[in-house]
Amino acid sequence: MHGRARKTPTPQEEKAFALKASKLRPLQSQFLQFHHNKTYTKEALEVCAKLLEANPEYLTAWNYRKVAVEHILSHSETETEIDPESIKSIFSEELRVTERAFAQNYKSYGAWYHRKWVLSKGHSSIDRELQLLEVFLKKDTRNFHAWNYRRFVAALKNRSDEEELQFTTDMISDNFSNYSAWHNRSVLLSQLLEKKVQGYFPKEKVLTEECNLVHQALFTDPDDQSGWFYHLWILDRMVKVESPLLVSTWPPHGSSINVSVKGCLDKSTLSPMTSFDLNTGTIPVILYFSEAVEGVNSSTINVESIYDATQDLIWTPLSTNNSGSAQAWVTYLNFLEEKFHFLQANPLKVSVGHSQGIVSLNGFHCAHPTEFEFTVYVQPPTSQHTDLQCLEMISWGDENFHICETHLKESSPIKFSYQLENNEDNESTTYKWKAETIANEIALFRELLSEANCKIGKLTLARLLMAHDVIMSYNKSSDTYKLAHSEEVLELYCDLMNSDPSHSQFYKDEYSLVLLQQLTSNLESLLRHCYHYRDLSSSSIHGHICLRLCNLSLSRIGSIKQLLWIQMLDLSHNQLRSIEGLEAMQLLSCLNLSHNQIGTFSALEPLKLLKALKVLNVSYNEIGAHSVNTRRYLCSSPLSHTVGSDWNFSEFAIDSVDVANYWEAFFIFKDLKLTQLDIIGNVVADEKFKVFLLKVMPTLKWLDGVELQRHPKP
Amino acid sequence: MASELGMGELEVEKHVNYILSVEKNTDSFESVVMEHLRINGAYWGLTTLDLLEKINSVDSKEVVSWVLKCQHESGGFGGNIGHDPHLLYTLSAIQVLALFDKINELDIDKVSNYISGLQNEDGSFPGDMWGEVDTRFSYVAICSLALLRRLDKINVEKAVKYIVSCKNLDGGFGCTPGAESHAGQIFCCVGALAITGSLHHIDKDLLGWWLCERQVKSGGLNGRPEKLADVCYSWWVLSSLIMIDRVHWIDKAKLAKFILDCQDKEKGGISDRPDDAVDVFHTYFGVAGLSLLEYPGLKAIDPAYALPVDVVNRVFFGR
Repeated sequence: MHGRARKTPTPQEEKAFALKASKLRPLQSQFLQFHHNKTYTKEALEVCAKLLEANPEYLTAWNYRKVAVEHILSHSETETEIDPESIKSIFSEELRVTERAFAQNYKSYGAWYHRKWVLSKGHSSIDRELQLLEVFLKKDTRNFHAWNYRRFVAALKNRSDEEELQFTTDMISDNFSNYSAWHNRSVLLSQLLEKKVQGYFPKEKVLTEECNLVHQALFTDPDDQSGWFYHLWILDRMVKVESPLLVSTWPPHGSSINVSVKGCLDKSTLSPMTSFDLNTGTIPVILYFSEAVEGVNSSTINVESIYDATQDLIWTPLSTNNSGSAQAWVTYLNFLEEKFHFLQANPLKVSVGHSQGIVSLNGFHCAHPTEFEFTVYVQPPTSQHTDLQCLEMISWGDENFHICETHLKESSPIKFSYQLENNEDNESTTYKWKAETIANEIALFRELLSEANCKIGKLTLARLLMAHDVIMSYNKSSDTYKLAHSEEVLELYCDLMNSDPSHSQFYKDEYSLVLLQQLTSNLESLLRHCYHYRDLSSSSIHGHICLRLCNLSLSRIGSIKQLLWIQMLDLSHNQLRSIEGLEAMQLLSCLNLSHNQIGTFSALEPLKLLKALKVLNVSYNEIGAHSVNTRRYLCSSPLSHTVGSDWNFSEFAIDSVDVANYWEAFFIFKDLKLTQLDIIGNVVADEKFKVFLLKVMPTLKWLDGVELQRHPKP
Repeated sequence: MASELGMGELEVEKHVNYILSVEKNTDSFESVVMEHLRINGAYWGLTTLDLLEKINSVDSKEVVSWVLKCQHESGGFGGNIGHDPHLLYTLSAIQVLALFDKINELDIDKVSNYISGLQNEDGSFPGDMWGEVDTRFSYVAICSLALLRRLDKINVEKAVKYIVSCKNLDGGFGCTPGAESHAGQIFCCVGALAITGSLHHIDKDLLGWWLCERQVKSGGLNGRPEKLADVCYSWWVLSSLIMIDRVHWIDKAKLAKFILDCQDKEKGGISDRPDDAVDVFHTYFGVAGLSLLEYPGLKAIDPAYALPVDVVNRVFFGR
């Protein structure tokens, strides 16, 4: 029982309980009898009222009262005209019953709704309700039923948002520690800002005032959470660019790309950074936005080539849900069908957002039309069929990775990735106001932290510093931007991990994101992690560039927009439990995730969208080790009604294995065309499972480093 | 293993006996007061028994026939025999039948018509014919229909849109548009979005941070900022965190300890806070919470359907 002490009742208490029970039981059975016999006499209503007074949660009794009132009103009409005063008194009696119920339980859903029902009939004084609420909310400032009821009554009375906002100001001035009041304030203020009501425009003025108000709360008691969430929301409203932006693309603007139709490019003459063996005969074009958008299609995106041969392209959202929206979108140009010319420059121009239609989930349109151009050189098919991943096993040993030659920089498409950010006009007054406000906030919270050791204060400072760096990066004309504060932010997160150990994994995730942001923020630091892959034990001279982000204790990945060009990625020896975001890396063909904390196959769902993926290492993770699957509802499955009604598990039935137990694995691997998989070191990877894998993935040539002996196809 | 993790021991036997005794002791004040929601009580108690691998200690035939007697002519279920139907009780009835693999005992069309018939034009659901609208009822309707494999009977898109319209500044959800976020309500909305494949409407980092900040010094979880911890939030908060893959943001060992500290080690049962009186509701939420924390020896529970994973898999992967 909520809030009642656990103790053996004394004989007196026991007696009292028994007495209560013996009184309540006949009330209940009497009431049910009246209810079933449709008896609505005074006596019956009195029994019902007594029952509700003792047990306000008795739903059927509230229903009965509504039926009774309707019955009495309708029957009176036919016999004698019922006078308005009697109607009023009938409803007043109902209000009294709810008040008696509140005395027993002021959180009773049934009682609050009954009151609403009475009020909506229009025979009761709304002003009285407002007065009662004022008293009630002073006594129980956080009662969410009362706050909900207040919103209902305010709407009934057509109270203006300004008046209600004033009420929240009063409540907050009484006591800053009132999350309910802050919440209601955010709702009202959103409406006032959206409608641009007089006095609530421009937005900058209003938000500055709100910031000052919430500062008072934060400085009065920094350890009280109430104001902090409101503060974060205000900051977000200040900083966030409302309309979605195109922030990165592949190929990048100004780049030249060499692609081969079949076989390998000779990377001794071509830069490995700009050369792609795309055996599919297609080349992806990736658009990466600042947030998930919908409406990317051939009418909102225009692709032009000088041969004027691009047909209606199909754009696909790169997301693992079925929402039709995604942060990254891809289309595949077919350079055989598009009549691209071999060995000649095939220039292409992509225009984004010139016609309306690209919309964020919040309903904002992509307001900054952007264009980018790149050139494709197609190498004619060679006679020798030498596909790296088809012929040789990739070995992730350190000995095969060699430090990159510095000349890579020049021809690198990476450097172009940094150009699209500057969409915001840094001369505008809004921009200046933003930069100034963030700088002021930073100064203020440094001051707070010099006096108080407050964890949310530190977190807020870290967030402010990152926001500041992002805003300042708009100011740079160069192709790199420095994150001036990232070291300080990383220190703040380290500090928080130690001082608030219960939430250390939260800070760790944030830390990882900042670390990756820092690491990818400019070409030099990124190239420090790029290696040439060359297997010395093999005769092959062809090599990939591999981005190696191993041993960084990353618990989360981010900054994907800087990594769209990557074909080979080593994320081993980290603490990753999810690879969300990786689906945008459409060129990825080799991926090492070994020695991480991936707990389930569902976590690998982004891989299903990587058409080029051939080599995957998920060895030494935690797949199969957990009874709780935290990706169960973030992946498409029959459980979330996204896919699967047509799945046929029995197709893959193996002796003594219940394939339904492998549904997650089936779901991931049935769409992958891997040639090489390492899965050793996971609880799930027993012999039976390997048999299952061979059945689901006929393309597989190496499993856990062993070449498979398959029976030749009939 | 439990003690290796620094956890106390779960008093399995005592909790089983406690639940069985509540069921038998129909004269106590508690059971009289609970009479109107006996079907919810049955769901809490029986799911707990199943998680403890002890559901065989009840007579399933007796339970199923009693549940079926709670059905109203409209197709919905009452909290007890002769009580008015309501979505809250209808879900419990379906869940109890699912536990015993007896959903087929129902006239599935009749029940699902009752549920789908309640959907409002704006996509929301009232709990019954009297019109109280709340996102709790959206969850209940969606979860019930999904378990009956009849989700196509409602306008899912509108139902999702209504839930999304209840999203707040903190990333959480309230019972109606504009209402304050509350962990119980968040479970309902996240659960409904999970079942309908619509979790992309959630800002997982924002909501995840708000939810993980529900953990207080004692290790327990509260339901709103600056409120007291309560065992029931072990379910509401944890299941939501799991559905959005942010459960690693709290200290699981400390939470498990808090739940175990709320056990009545003498008589069985779990209470809202240490040293409070136990009840079936909190016993269920405590055990379900421990299951979500991967406490050894417990069956796994599904965070969206609030039923043991094997029961849910049986419904959706059929056998």
